[in-house]
Amino acid sequence: MSSVKNSISQPDSAQRPDPHRWVQRYADFLYSYAFARLDHEEQARDLVQETFLSALEKISQFQGGSSERTWLTAILKYKIIEVYRKRNSGLRIQNMEWEPELEFFEESNGHWKENYSPHAMRSEVADPLVNKELAAILKKCLGRLPALWLAIFTMKHMDDANTDTICGELKVTPSNYWVIIHRTKLNLRACIAKSW
Amino acid sequence: MGVIKKIQYDCRHATYLIEKRQHRSLTIRERMELTIHLTGCSVCRLFQRQSRWINRMVKSLFHQAEEPERKLDDEFKRQLQEKIDGRLK
Repeated sequence: MSSVKNSISQPDSAQRPDPHRWVQRYADFLYSYAFARLDHEEQARDLVQETFLSALEKISQFQGGSSERTWLTAILKYKIIEVYRKRNSGLRIQNMEWEPELEFFEESNGHWKENYSPHAMRSEVADPLVNKELAAILKKCLGRLPALWLAIFTMKHMDDANTDTICGELKVTPSNYWVIIHRTKLNLRACIAKSW
Repeated sequence: MGVIKKIQYDCRHATYLIEKRQHRSLTIRERMELTIHLTGCSVCRLFQRQSRWINRMVKSLFHQAEEPERKLDDEFKRQLQEKIDGRLK
Protein backbone atom coordinates (compact mmCIF):
# COMPACT_ATOMS: atom_id res chain seq x y z
CA MET A 1 0.00 0.00 0.00
CA SER A 2 2.65 2.46 1.03
CA SER A 3 4.70 1.72 -2.07
CA VAL A 4 1.72 2.64 -4.26
CA LYS A 5 1.32 5.93 -2.43
CA ASN A 6 4.99 6.57 -2.88
CA SER A 7 4.94 6.03 -6.60
CA ILE A 8 2.05 8.49 -6.98
CA SER A 9 3.70 11.33 -5.14
CA GLN A 10 6.93 10.95 -7.06
CA PRO A 11 7.05 12.67 -10.42
CA ASP A 12 7.31 10.03 -13.10
CA SER A 13 10.23 10.10 -15.46
CA ALA A 14 8.23 11.69 -18.29
CA GLN A 15 7.79 14.81 -16.18
CA ARG A 16 11.44 15.22 -15.33
CA PRO A 17 13.13 17.67 -17.68
CA ASP A 18 15.45 16.02 -20.15
CA PRO A 19 17.52 18.77 -21.84
CA HIS A 20 19.42 16.24 -23.98
CA ARG A 21 16.25 15.79 -26.01
CA TRP A 22 14.86 19.29 -25.95
CA VAL A 23 15.91 20.29 -29.44
CA GLN A 24 14.69 17.11 -31.03
CA ARG A 25 11.38 17.23 -29.19
CA TYR A 26 10.43 20.89 -29.00
CA ALA A 27 12.58 23.10 -31.26
CA ASP A 28 10.25 22.99 -34.29
CA PHE A 29 7.17 23.51 -32.17
CA LEU A 30 8.66 26.52 -30.35
CA TYR A 31 9.93 27.94 -33.61
CA SER A 32 6.47 27.71 -35.21
CA TYR A 33 4.93 29.25 -32.14
CA ALA A 34 7.33 32.19 -32.15
CA PHE A 35 7.17 32.70 -35.90
CA ALA A 36 3.38 32.84 -35.87
CA ARG A 37 3.55 35.67 -33.35
CA LEU A 38 6.54 37.64 -34.61
CA ASP A 39 6.43 37.05 -38.36
CA HIS A 40 10.24 37.19 -38.42
CA GLU A 41 12.39 34.09 -39.02
CA GLU A 42 15.58 35.27 -37.43
CA GLN A 43 13.95 36.64 -34.30
CA ALA A 44 11.93 33.47 -33.93
CA ARG A 45 15.07 31.35 -34.21
CA ASP A 46 16.95 33.46 -31.69
CA LEU A 47 14.10 33.16 -29.24
CA VAL A 48 14.08 29.36 -29.48
CA GLN A 49 17.75 29.35 -28.50
CA GLU A 50 17.24 31.87 -25.70
CA THR A 51 14.30 29.88 -24.40
CA PHE A 52 16.33 26.70 -24.05
CA LEU A 53 19.27 28.48 -22.48
CA SER A 54 17.25 30.32 -19.88
CA ALA A 55 15.26 27.15 -19.19
CA LEU A 56 18.57 25.46 -18.38
CA GLU A 57 19.40 28.16 -15.89
CA LYS A 58 16.17 27.75 -13.99
CA ILE A 59 15.76 24.03 -14.47
CA SER A 60 15.52 23.55 -10.70
CA GLN A 61 12.31 25.62 -10.75
CA PHE A 62 10.61 23.20 -13.12
CA GLN A 63 7.48 21.83 -11.45
CA GLY A 64 6.53 18.32 -12.43
CA GLY A 65 2.90 19.51 -12.48
CA SER A 66 3.06 20.99 -15.96
CA SER A 67 4.49 19.30 -18.98
CA GLU A 68 7.93 20.18 -20.23
CA ARG A 69 6.44 21.65 -23.38
CA THR A 70 4.06 23.89 -21.44
CA TRP A 71 6.89 25.08 -19.27
CA LEU A 72 9.14 25.91 -22.23
CA THR A 73 6.25 27.62 -24.02
CA ALA A 74 5.65 29.84 -20.98
CA ILE A 75 9.28 30.94 -21.05
CA LEU A 76 9.07 31.61 -24.79
CA LYS A 77 5.88 33.64 -24.36
CA TYR A 78 7.62 35.93 -21.96
CA LYS A 79 10.42 36.46 -24.45
CA ILE A 80 7.97 37.25 -27.23
CA ILE A 81 6.46 39.95 -25.07
CA GLU A 82 9.92 41.41 -24.54
CA VAL A 83 10.37 41.60 -28.31
CA TYR A 84 7.01 43.38 -28.61
CA ARG A 85 8.15 45.86 -26.01
CA LYS A 86 11.46 46.49 -27.75
CA ARG A 87 9.78 46.92 -31.11
CA ASN A 88 7.53 49.43 -29.50
CA SER A 89 10.31 51.51 -27.95
CA GLY A 90 12.45 51.79 -31.07
CA LEU A 91 11.27 53.53 -34.22
CA ARG A 92 10.44 51.00 -36.86
CA ILE A 93 11.88 52.18 -40.12
CA GLN A 94 9.65 49.96 -42.21
CA ASN A 95 6.58 51.76 -40.94
CA MET A 96 7.90 55.21 -41.67
CA GLU A 97 6.17 55.67 -45.00
CA TRP A 98 2.79 54.86 -43.52
CA GLU A 99 1.15 56.61 -40.60
CA PRO A 100 -1.98 55.21 -38.98
CA GLU A 101 -5.04 57.39 -39.36
CA LEU A 102 -6.19 58.72 -36.01
CA GLU A 103 -9.25 60.72 -36.95
CA PHE A 104 -11.96 58.93 -38.88
CA PHE A 105 -14.70 61.06 -37.35
CA GLU A 106 -15.85 64.68 -37.29
CA GLU A 107 -14.58 66.36 -34.18
CA SER A 108 -17.82 68.21 -33.49
CA ASN A 109 -20.32 65.34 -33.40
CA GLY A 110 -18.44 62.06 -33.93
CA HIS A 111 -20.02 61.40 -37.30
CA TRP A 112 -17.99 59.50 -39.94
CA LYS A 113 -15.91 61.85 -42.08
CA GLU A 114 -17.10 61.52 -45.62
CA ASN A 115 -13.86 60.01 -46.99
CA TYR A 116 -13.71 57.35 -44.27
CA SER A 117 -17.29 56.18 -44.15
CA PRO A 118 -17.33 52.36 -44.76
CA HIS A 119 -18.75 50.95 -47.97
CA ALA A 120 -19.61 47.39 -48.89
CA MET A 121 -16.59 45.31 -49.89
CA ARG A 122 -16.21 42.70 -52.59
CA SER A 123 -17.24 39.90 -50.27
CA GLU A 124 -17.61 39.83 -46.51
CA VAL A 125 -17.79 36.09 -46.10
CA ALA A 126 -14.59 35.25 -47.98
CA ASP A 127 -12.07 33.11 -46.12
CA PRO A 128 -8.35 34.03 -46.27
CA LEU A 129 -7.44 30.36 -45.91
CA VAL A 130 -9.15 29.71 -49.22
CA ASN A 131 -8.58 33.02 -50.95
CA LYS A 132 -4.83 33.73 -51.30
CA GLU A 133 -5.35 37.28 -52.48
CA LEU A 134 -7.36 38.12 -49.39
CA ALA A 135 -4.75 36.50 -47.12
CA ALA A 136 -2.04 38.65 -48.70
CA ILE A 137 -4.07 41.83 -48.22
CA LEU A 138 -4.77 40.97 -44.60
CA LYS A 139 -1.09 40.28 -43.87
CA LYS A 140 0.01 43.47 -45.56
CA CYS A 141 -2.47 45.49 -43.52
CA LEU A 142 -1.49 43.82 -40.24
CA GLY A 143 2.16 44.55 -40.99
CA ARG A 144 1.42 48.25 -41.31
CA LEU A 145 0.06 48.56 -37.80
CA PRO A 146 2.29 50.22 -35.21
CA ALA A 147 4.18 47.56 -33.23
CA LEU A 148 2.32 48.07 -29.97
CA TRP A 149 -1.05 47.84 -31.68
CA LEU A 150 -0.04 44.66 -33.44
CA ALA A 151 1.30 43.22 -30.19
CA ILE A 152 -2.01 43.84 -28.44
CA PHE A 153 -3.97 42.57 -31.40
CA THR A 154 -1.87 39.41 -31.62
CA MET A 155 -2.11 38.61 -27.93
CA LYS A 156 -5.84 39.16 -28.03
CA HIS A 157 -6.60 37.12 -31.12
CA MET A 158 -3.93 34.46 -31.04
CA ASP A 159 -3.68 33.69 -27.37
CA ASP A 160 -7.09 34.89 -26.19
CA ALA A 161 -5.18 36.69 -23.47
CA ASN A 162 -7.42 38.70 -21.17
CA THR A 163 -7.30 42.47 -20.92
CA ASP A 164 -5.56 42.63 -17.54
CA THR A 165 -2.78 40.34 -18.72
CA ILE A 166 -2.16 42.35 -21.87
CA CYS A 167 -2.22 45.70 -20.06
CA GLY A 168 0.14 44.38 -17.40
CA GLU A 169 2.60 42.74 -19.77
CA LEU A 170 2.76 45.58 -22.26
CA LYS A 171 2.37 48.36 -19.68
CA VAL A 172 -0.72 49.95 -21.19
CA THR A 173 -3.51 51.53 -19.13
CA PRO A 174 -6.98 49.98 -19.58
CA SER A 175 -8.43 53.14 -21.12
CA ASN A 176 -5.54 53.38 -23.54
CA TYR A 177 -6.03 49.70 -24.32
CA TRP A 178 -9.59 50.21 -25.56
CA VAL A 179 -8.57 53.24 -27.59
CA ILE A 180 -5.90 51.12 -29.28
CA ILE A 181 -8.30 48.22 -29.90
CA HIS A 182 -10.70 50.68 -31.51
CA ARG A 183 -8.09 52.45 -33.66
CA THR A 184 -6.51 49.19 -34.74
CA LYS A 185 -9.78 47.93 -36.15
CA LEU A 186 -10.61 51.24 -37.84
CA ASN A 187 -7.23 51.25 -39.57
CA LEU A 188 -7.25 47.58 -40.42
CA ARG A 189 -10.72 47.82 -41.94
CA ALA A 190 -9.84 50.92 -43.93
CA CYS A 191 -6.66 49.28 -45.22
CA ILE A 192 -8.45 46.11 -46.32
CA ALA A 193 -11.21 48.14 -47.98
CA LYS A 194 -8.65 49.87 -50.18
CA SER A 195 -7.69 46.60 -51.88
CA TRP A 196 -10.78 44.43 -51.45
CA MET B 1 -28.45 68.81 -29.24
CA GLY B 2 -30.66 66.38 -27.28
CA VAL B 3 -29.19 63.26 -25.71
CA ILE B 4 -30.80 60.91 -28.23
CA LYS B 5 -29.72 63.01 -31.19
CA LYS B 6 -26.21 63.03 -29.82
CA ILE B 7 -26.13 59.24 -29.60
CA GLN B 8 -27.57 58.95 -33.11
CA TYR B 9 -24.81 61.11 -34.56
CA ASP B 10 -21.88 59.73 -32.60
CA CYS B 11 -20.40 57.02 -34.85
CA ARG B 12 -17.06 57.31 -33.06
CA HIS B 13 -18.63 56.19 -29.81
CA ALA B 14 -20.76 53.54 -31.51
CA THR B 15 -17.80 51.90 -33.27
CA TYR B 16 -15.87 52.03 -30.00
CA LEU B 17 -18.70 50.11 -28.33
CA ILE B 18 -18.86 47.66 -31.25
CA GLU B 19 -15.19 46.82 -30.69
CA LYS B 20 -15.53 46.66 -26.93
CA ARG B 21 -18.52 44.32 -27.17
CA GLN B 22 -16.46 41.78 -29.11
CA HIS B 23 -14.14 41.45 -26.13
CA ARG B 24 -16.29 41.98 -23.05
CA SER B 25 -19.88 42.66 -22.09
CA LEU B 26 -21.17 46.22 -22.16
CA THR B 27 -22.91 48.04 -19.32
CA ILE B 28 -26.70 48.45 -19.58
CA ARG B 29 -26.27 52.08 -20.52
CA GLU B 30 -23.72 51.23 -23.24
CA ARG B 31 -25.99 48.55 -24.64
CA MET B 32 -28.84 51.01 -24.85
CA GLU B 33 -26.70 53.63 -26.55
CA LEU B 34 -25.48 51.14 -29.11
CA THR B 35 -28.96 49.81 -29.86
CA ILE B 36 -30.31 53.31 -30.37
CA HIS B 37 -27.41 54.20 -32.63
CA LEU B 38 -27.45 51.07 -34.76
CA THR B 39 -31.19 51.27 -35.29
CA GLY B 40 -30.72 54.46 -37.25
CA CYS B 41 -27.21 54.11 -38.68
CA SER B 42 -26.73 51.70 -41.56
CA VAL B 43 -23.06 52.69 -41.96
CA CYS B 44 -22.20 51.52 -38.45
CA ARG B 45 -24.21 48.35 -38.98
CA LEU B 46 -22.03 47.74 -42.01
CA PHE B 47 -18.93 48.52 -39.94
CA GLN B 48 -20.03 46.01 -37.33
CA ARG B 49 -20.49 43.29 -39.92
CA GLN B 50 -17.09 43.94 -41.46
CA SER B 51 -15.41 44.17 -38.08
CA ARG B 52 -16.69 40.74 -37.04
CA TRP B 53 -15.63 39.30 -40.36
CA ILE B 54 -12.11 40.72 -39.87
CA ASN B 55 -11.90 39.15 -36.42
CA ARG B 56 -12.87 35.77 -37.83
CA MET B 57 -10.31 36.10 -40.62
CA VAL B 58 -7.53 37.13 -38.27
CA LYS B 59 -8.23 34.24 -35.95
CA SER B 60 -8.09 31.65 -38.66
CA LEU B 61 -5.00 33.23 -40.21
CA PHE B 62 -3.15 33.29 -36.88
CA HIS B 63 -4.02 29.74 -36.00
CA GLN B 64 -3.13 28.48 -39.41
CA ALA B 65 0.32 30.06 -39.03
CA GLU B 66 1.11 27.65 -36.20
CA GLU B 67 0.45 24.55 -38.19
CA PRO B 68 1.67 23.04 -40.40
CA GLU B 69 4.71 23.21 -38.21
CA ARG B 70 7.65 25.21 -39.49
CA LYS B 71 10.98 23.45 -39.33
CA LEU B 72 14.35 24.77 -38.22
CA ASP B 73 17.27 23.59 -40.30
CA ASP B 74 19.18 20.58 -39.04
CA GLU B 75 22.53 22.31 -38.74
CA PHE B 76 21.08 24.99 -36.46
CA LYS B 77 19.47 22.29 -34.35
CA ARG B 78 22.67 20.29 -34.08
CA GLN B 79 24.61 23.32 -32.89
CA LEU B 80 21.88 24.27 -30.47
CA GLN B 81 21.78 20.83 -28.88
CA GLU B 82 25.58 20.93 -28.63
CA LYS B 83 25.38 24.25 -26.82
CA ILE B 84 22.84 22.83 -24.38
CA ASP B 85 24.87 19.67 -23.79
CA GLY B 86 27.95 21.81 -23.23
CA ARG B 87 26.25 23.69 -20.44
CA LEU B 88 25.06 20.50 -18.80
CA LYS B 89 28.57 19.25 -18.19
